[in-house]
Amino acid sequence: MRRVVFALALAVSACQAFAQLSIEITGAGAQRMPIAILPFAGEAALPAAISTIVRADLERSGLFRPLEIPALNPQPTEASEVSYAEWRSRLADALVLGSVAARPDGRFEVRFRLFDVAKQAPLGGVAYTMARDQARATAHRISDYVYEKLTGEKGVFSTRIAYVVKRGNRYELQIADADGAGAETALASFEPIISPAWSPDGRRLAYVSFENKKPVVYVHSLADGRRHVAANFKGSNSAPAWSPDGSKLAVVLSREGGSQVFQVNPDGSGLRRLASSSAIDTEPVYSPDGQYIYFTSDRGGSPQIYRMPAGGGDAQRITFEGSYNVSPRVSPDGKRLAFVTRNGGRFQAALLDLETRQVQVLSDSDRDESPSFAPNGRMILLATVNGGRGVLAAVSSDGRVKQRLSTTAGDVREPSWGPFTK
Amino acid sequence: MRSIGIVLMTAILAACSTTPEEEQAPAGVEDRKPGAPGAQSKGVDRPPVASVDLTAGRKSAASMLTDPNSILSKRSIYYDFDKFDVKEEYRPLVEAHARYLRDNPKAKILVQGNADERGSREYNLSLGQKRSDGVKKMMLLLGVREDQVESVSLGEEKPKAEGHDEAAWSQNRRSDILHSGEF
Repeated sequence: MRRVVFALALAVSACQAFAQLSIEITGAGAQRMPIAILPFAGEAALPAAISTIVRADLERSGLFRPLEIPALNPQPTEASEVSYAEWRSRLADALVLGSVAARPDGRFEVRFRLFDVAKQAPLGGVAYTMARDQARATAHRISDYVYEKLTGEKGVFSTRIAYVVKRGNRYELQIADADGAGAETALASFEPIISPAWSPDGRRLAYVSFENKKPVVYVHSLADGRRHVAANFKGSNSAPAWSPDGSKLAVVLSREGGSQVFQVNPDGSGLRRLASSSAIDTEPVYSPDGQYIYFTSDRGGSPQIYRMPAGGGDAQRITFEGSYNVSPRVSPDGKRLAFVTRNGGRFQAALLDLETRQVQVLSDSDRDESPSFAPNGRMILLATVNGGRGVLAAVSSDGRVKQRLSTTAGDVREPSWGPFTK
Repeated sequence: MRSIGIVLMTAILAACSTTPEEEQAPAGVEDRKPGAPGAQSKGVDRPPVASVDLTAGRKSAASMLTDPNSILSKRSIYYDFDKFDVKEEYRPLVEAHARYLRDNPKAKILVQGNADERGSREYNLSLGQKRSDGVKKMMLLLGVREDQVESVSLGEEKPKAEGHDEAAWSQNRRSDILHSGEF
């Protein structure tokens, strides 16, 4: 309990950040579905227009092309009769109509309906009751609904990302919506913070903090800012990764010499060494089925990616091309591996198909780090450098859709895309 | 130049190794000779008083760590690209700190390894660890107790030089020695 109290002094929970991330779309998909998202009747009463946020979400996905629709009179709502022929003539494949109504208790009711114009069929709709300040969250839910209905895969608009902002000698671990909005600082420190990793339930982050003049692994509960030490052994403690069921952390410790992979319970108990090598073993990450741990090792003379059974055992080499392949991240379906490869002097994010063994370089920048999959596997978030400044970039797994998230107030790095929210 | 420094250092260290604090003299009767003969004043027959200063040893040992003329004030070991062994030119530095630790059994150090910024942060953390582990291993071979040295890594997180070229990187491939009270 004591250590929690002392830790609270460092943790700044729910402190509104000064610097918001701004997002810029730098590439889009080849085929984008034209969609009409009309202004929701009554949404002017909200701090953020729901239809504007939905439009931006869908556009950012790279799979949709929101149409410019002139003001209509009367303004259609989800209750209106839909003239499919009219929307067909406006070249829309899909249509979203909605309305916002104030309730007597001060809350709002938001309703919307989605239509498939091509098939001339309603695809469904939802009514939400929300507080005034939940307009953004509600809009992201609507985007998720529309995205899933039209693409068949889950949307990630309601998920959150974690990253570190360095400004002068100050480091902030921040949490923001997937679109970079609503950033909040979970931890501020005068010493570096690296390697944030979301617990599978999205409630906690494990990370490495240097506040004690050496790397120590903490587990931090986001709702109340409580944090505790998960690994602070003699030597360095780093690279935390959650098992898919949240019951274990893989960590890298130097307590027995070198950098070696161990397993520990998130409360710091039950330490167990998973592998022994005379080389560097680091950056462990579990496969989504919990069967394997992928990690970086220089046991073959250069850093390459290997995998071993999650309980320890013989390792198998995974990457072969090139002399520097690091930072493995397995896609949510377990079929692909994102990592960073060095080409000449350039460090670039790449994707390996674990079945066909084909490698695809995803970026044209030269200082990529820390790739992280969106929970639906479609986008990969990574840290890179643009104009001498650390920024985040998101790229689709086919390399076409690209976005950049940056802040004018500092360097952004160490991104980690959080899980689906229940 | 360097060898003169080493000789001087060795002399200072030798002097320091016989401080009263280290000898754990029993309390009560001190079996000690009076101070220097020249210190007695003429004509007045005063019984001599020998001074025993238990603080002197510690003071001089600690101040040597920061005295710019002492090799113990030198704390950084630099490395070539992709190299982890202590280069010949830094051996005297490591040896001096090892001797200090042997002579001051209660003293402890933290060796912080560092790497340049290129590539993965976690992998660079491991490279820094390889450097600090190398310094620790050398000290153990020189007779330092295991519990006196902790080797850790700051990876690429605390660069000494902020640039993005070899001039900066060569400053950042480094191990730093911190003594008790400094970490």
